[in-house]
Amino acid sequence: MTAVAETVQKLFISNGLITAFLLVGVVSFLSGWVSRRFTKGMIHGSAIAILAGLGLAYAGGIFASGSKGLADIPLFAGVGLLGGSMMRDFTIVSTAHGADIRELKKSGLAGVLSLVFGVILSFIVGAATAVSFGFTSPTDITTIGAGAVTFIAGPVTGSAIGAGSDVIAISIAAGVVKSVTVMALTPFAAKIIRIDTPKTAMIYGGLMGTTSGTAAGMAATNPALVPYAAMTATFYTGFGCLICPSILYWIVLRLF
Amino acid sequence: MVIYGVAIVAFCFFLGNFTGEVLGRIAGLNSNVGGVGFAMLFLLIAAEYGRPFLERNPSAVEGIRFWQAMFIPVVVAMSASQNVVRALSSGHVAITAGLAATLVSFLFIPLFSRIGGEEEPVSSLPEGSEKI
Repeated sequence: MTAVAETVQKLFISNGLITAFLLVGVVSFLSGWVSRRFTKGMIHGSAIAILAGLGLAYAGGIFASGSKGLADIPLFAGVGLLGGSMMRDFTIVSTAHGADIRELKKSGLAGVLSLVFGVILSFIVGAATAVSFGFTSPTDITTIGAGAVTFIAGPVTGSAIGAGSDVIAISIAAGVVKSVTVMALTPFAAKIIRIDTPKTAMIYGGLMGTTSGTAAGMAATNPALVPYAAMTATFYTGFGCLICPSILYWIVLRLF
Repeated sequence: MVIYGVAIVAFCFFLGNFTGEVLGRIAGLNSNVGGVGFAMLFLLIAAEYGRPFLERNPSAVEGIRFWQAMFIPVVVAMSASQNVVRALSSGHVAITAGLAATLVSFLFIPLFSRIGGEEEPVSSLPEGSEKI
């Protein structure tokens, strides 16, 4: 019996990506069943699958005490490959095919405005949080503010303006919290605030920004709207990296 | 050939990320500025100009469609490889900053969709037209 288990384990580990296909397939199937059986389809199967994924990530994180959730368990390392930024970005790019260029043009302005406003808004909220928790150095305030933009903008800004590694760690954590919250809340929030058109999807992507969070949130809400949300969200981090260590840092310096 | 479609996406992926990297360099940042967004634009352009090619090779479109359909599974795998433990145990500052930024941003979505609607009165989206 142990020989069977060992063989299976060996096969799973040495074919990590295929293991991930199987695991995600099973999780998706079960999620679809839960969605139909217990919520009558009210909560999208993908939303349940993503929540299940986050749950597995938590379990994996506790079990392996690493930083990549389930992927830190050698048996499930392939999940990290399938869900890594390479595959994420490649599949996001592929979703652009079939997006309506006219919709993008028509809502382009609203998308750009929401993007600019979204970065500044998250930065202000993050910076205000830092101040209310007693941070006084402009460098720390800016870095934590940038972390509330995305978990990439945080460390990029922090290292650009010379923040300490402890503050950079806080900024990454703030970005991760945002990303996870967006993933988990979007399917429920989407109905209330009506993210149901290409335009609202673009605004959503521009305001929330975190690529993983918005992509997951939209996927669980309405996959047809993914390209619109992703289009603005993917520019969000870049814009954040651009203005946090420059203009926004300059403003914080003047204020504190 | 299915691979034609996959290769087109891959080409746009690199072209977009290259653009993002170059822009990042020009801006003096050690990061990629919107590479994926540019890649998406390139794919839209490629599909527009390559329409005759795609019509002659319908299976190429299947290659793109397959990866579109793989998006959600990839996202499930992505959520399973997030550092959720850290997010939940990261101390009050990080949790408050992340949560507050998310909630405040959510609140502004309806406001923005209204502003956009007024700017574009010609908009004739049947289901998207503002009801207020």
